[in-house]
Amino acid sequence: MPRSLAPWLAATALLLAACGSTPAASTADPGVPQPGGTLRFAVSSDQGCVDPQQVASNDTIYSLRQVVDSLTDQDPATGELRPWLATSWESNADATAYTFTLREGVTFSDGTPLDAEAVKANFDAVPRLGPRGTLPKGYLAGYAGTTVESPTRFTVSFDRPNVQFLQGTSTHSLGILSPATVAKSDDERCASVIGSGPFVIESYTRDESIVLAKRPGYAWGSQLWQSQGEAHLDRVEFRIVPESGVRVGSLQSGEVDAIGNIAKQDEALLAAAGVQLLGRANPGVPFGITFNQATPLGADPAVREALSLAIDRAEIVATVYTSQTKPATSALASTTPGYADQSALLAHDPARAQAVLDAAGWLPGPDGIRVKDGAPLSVELTWYSNSPANRATVELIQQQVREVGIDLQLRERPISESNPIQQSGQFVANWGNLTRADPDILRTQYSTAGNNFFRLSPGPLDELLAEQAAQVDPAARFATVAQAQELLVRERHTIPVVVLTTVLGVAADVQGVLFDASSRIQLHDAWKVQP
Amino acid sequence: MTLRYLLRRLLAAVGVLWAAFTVSFVVLYLLPGDPVATMASGGLDGEPLPPEELDALRARYGLDQPVLVQYGQRLLAAVTGDFGTSIQNGQDVRAAILEALPPTLQISAAGLVVAVLFGGSVALVATYTRALWLRQLLMALPSLAASLPVFWVGLLLVQVFAFGLGLFPSVGANGPAALVLPAITLGLPTGALVAQVLAKSLTQALGEPYVTTARAKGVGRPGIHLRHALRNAALPALTVLGYVVGNLLAGSVVVETVFTRPGLGRLTVAAVGVQDIPLVQGIVVFAATVFVLVNLAVDLIYPLLDPRVGVTS
Repeated sequence: MPRSLAPWLAATALLLAACGSTPAASTADPGVPQPGGTLRFAVSSDQGCVDPQQVASNDTIYSLRQVVDSLTDQDPATGELRPWLATSWESNADATAYTFTLREGVTFSDGTPLDAEAVKANFDAVPRLGPRGTLPKGYLAGYAGTTVESPTRFTVSFDRPNVQFLQGTSTHSLGILSPATVAKSDDERCASVIGSGPFVIESYTRDESIVLAKRPGYAWGSQLWQSQGEAHLDRVEFRIVPESGVRVGSLQSGEVDAIGNIAKQDEALLAAAGVQLLGRANPGVPFGITFNQATPLGADPAVREALSLAIDRAEIVATVYTSQTKPATSALASTTPGYADQSALLAHDPARAQAVLDAAGWLPGPDGIRVKDGAPLSVELTWYSNSPANRATVELIQQQVREVGIDLQLRERPISESNPIQQSGQFVANWGNLTRADPDILRTQYSTAGNNFFRLSPGPLDELLAEQAAQVDPAARFATVAQAQELLVRERHTIPVVVLTTVLGVAADVQGVLFDASSRIQLHDAWKVQP
Repeated sequence: MTLRYLLRRLLAAVGVLWAAFTVSFVVLYLLPGDPVATMASGGLDGEPLPPEELDALRARYGLDQPVLVQYGQRLLAAVTGDFGTSIQNGQDVRAAILEALPPTLQISAAGLVVAVLFGGSVALVATYTRALWLRQLLMALPSLAASLPVFWVGLLLVQVFAFGLGLFPSVGANGPAALVLPAITLGLPTGALVAQVLAKSLTQALGEPYVTTARAKGVGRPGIHLRHALRNAALPALTVLGYVVGNLLAGSVVVETVFTRPGLGRLTVAAVGVQDIPLVQGIVVFAATVFVLVNLAVDLIYPLLDPRVGVTS
């Protein structure tokens, strides 16, 4: 590819990402999909388990998503749910029971039929999953049982309203596995699973590769796909390459066709090599700072407001992140259904930050750090190195807020300590994000009825979050969710900063790599230009 | 070689293994958090489980027991070779280690060959040559090789020989070609160690009276160097073998990551990352066993090679 084309390619990818539309991969004229070939995809890690219901890392989800089908599929452009294994579904008035109608003729790759009994077996087994099964357990919160009415009709019941369950059915976490797989123990399922998806697991070598082969005769694809039949690719090889330099080099030299986790410093290099850079903002809670409101500083609204006003989000994005990354504009990322823009409340205004602190009695001290009643305005920010850009981001924020007299102390902790730290409340402020393509993530994060890691006081926010969890009508629900976002941002219960954006590098001859609503990939429509 | 000596050595070996087990247990328990909470946090993306469900999961892995009871149970099971199942992926710990072992053995063995060839030839040529500049150059090489970061050497080799020249594959463990670059990366620092020890003992051996005797009898320089001096100088090099094996095992962590090879090193990194207590302990005890066995073997072989060294001394 001529060098001069590279900027155009990057621009095209950027434009497409900005639209947030479905076809992520596309150069000038992709032409008609060609069958056959092997796609080689390098990812950075192996979770050590090939059961889609028990994995949470994107690197592993990329491959296992292809092995299972889901009851529904979520349109990445609109957030709406569309038929996949289920042709239709309805909920009762208070969102405690959902009745699904399955399409007929679907089989698992071991030949057994995918019917209502199989779905029931899957859901019944979820509460028995061990510590790896956190995601599906959350989707099935309050699960009371599944009643089978016919081989193609069943009802899932809950002991409390559970609107987010429907979106959960579209994820890999509630992908349907064969009854033979479900009957095995959770540990055994980590070694091999049988699904009904467009690909089957051909081989799994721990820390080395997950190889998928096309499922012949597949004919029950999601309605969101270009075709519902067999996949175009014969095989997909996911190679586990932990070193980012080696991943980038492999893609440049043509040893692989696609890689995940592109960093800012690799962008120009890959674009110049003619690689397509596909990006999509992760839905859910953007990266940001959330205070522990049981601490004196976290309970002080002036401190929270001044910190938010002192942060220059545009500078952070431009300095640290890939070109497709955007500043956060709400308590939810823009790709989350129900997102409502709150950017007016998230302006960068250091002068006002100073005024807010002055008014609250935080006055400049001798070294520039503000002081009140003899105590310096020193905020400890706990952060984790789970995302490579985190260090540079929190260090830049530290510099920015220092200018209004806030001393941000950075405290890095290993990711394994995140849960104990949040549960025990031994933090003042926390840097983090969460990926979920449903606004219910706000309830699990900020409702005082839940874990309440941030020690919020009960208030009107609780009512809004509980209300949306039971609102069956999406329009009414999103209106409630919008109010909740406004309240969260206005009260600075959370200070959103930047929207984590997934960026993949894909070779120029690969087409049809699609992002799903959770910003993970769907490879059914992917194909390679054959030489 | 007396039976008592052997018995004493075996007892000491058991002591070392027990210490390795106990220290790793204490360290893993001193860390805040526990593997169940870590796994359940789903890499921070999942909805956190309620405390009562976490407690139920802890009970499943015996993590709800008092620490001393857990220690006793694990120690008893470990004595029978049972280290339990990995919390991360549910695999039997012994099976996981045995599965990861062959690729690590491959690069360790290949790395050892590189180390001996590189270290041996540098030491031999450096002590043999009469050109002062060459000798000084060669004597400086080991310190240079030992101070280069393994990580950096590996990435450099990948960039030049895999991506640049396309001579070798950059990733994977398939075939002998994939073994070349990792073996060089792993063998360089270890070879530097071998070169330093061997060069020193060769220089010393060449000053011994028997060399003068050999020279007086008319043995040529190559003969003296290889047949007389090297034989004696090789013994001190042999004693660092235990250390060399340790180097190779430790180096496998970095080399397996850079070259994307499965093996013990990668297994260790993953297990430590999620505080997978059974798996980490299994690996620590296994590594300790290898150390103990290699050192024992060196001590037992030594008197056979050098009759002057008695086992009881």
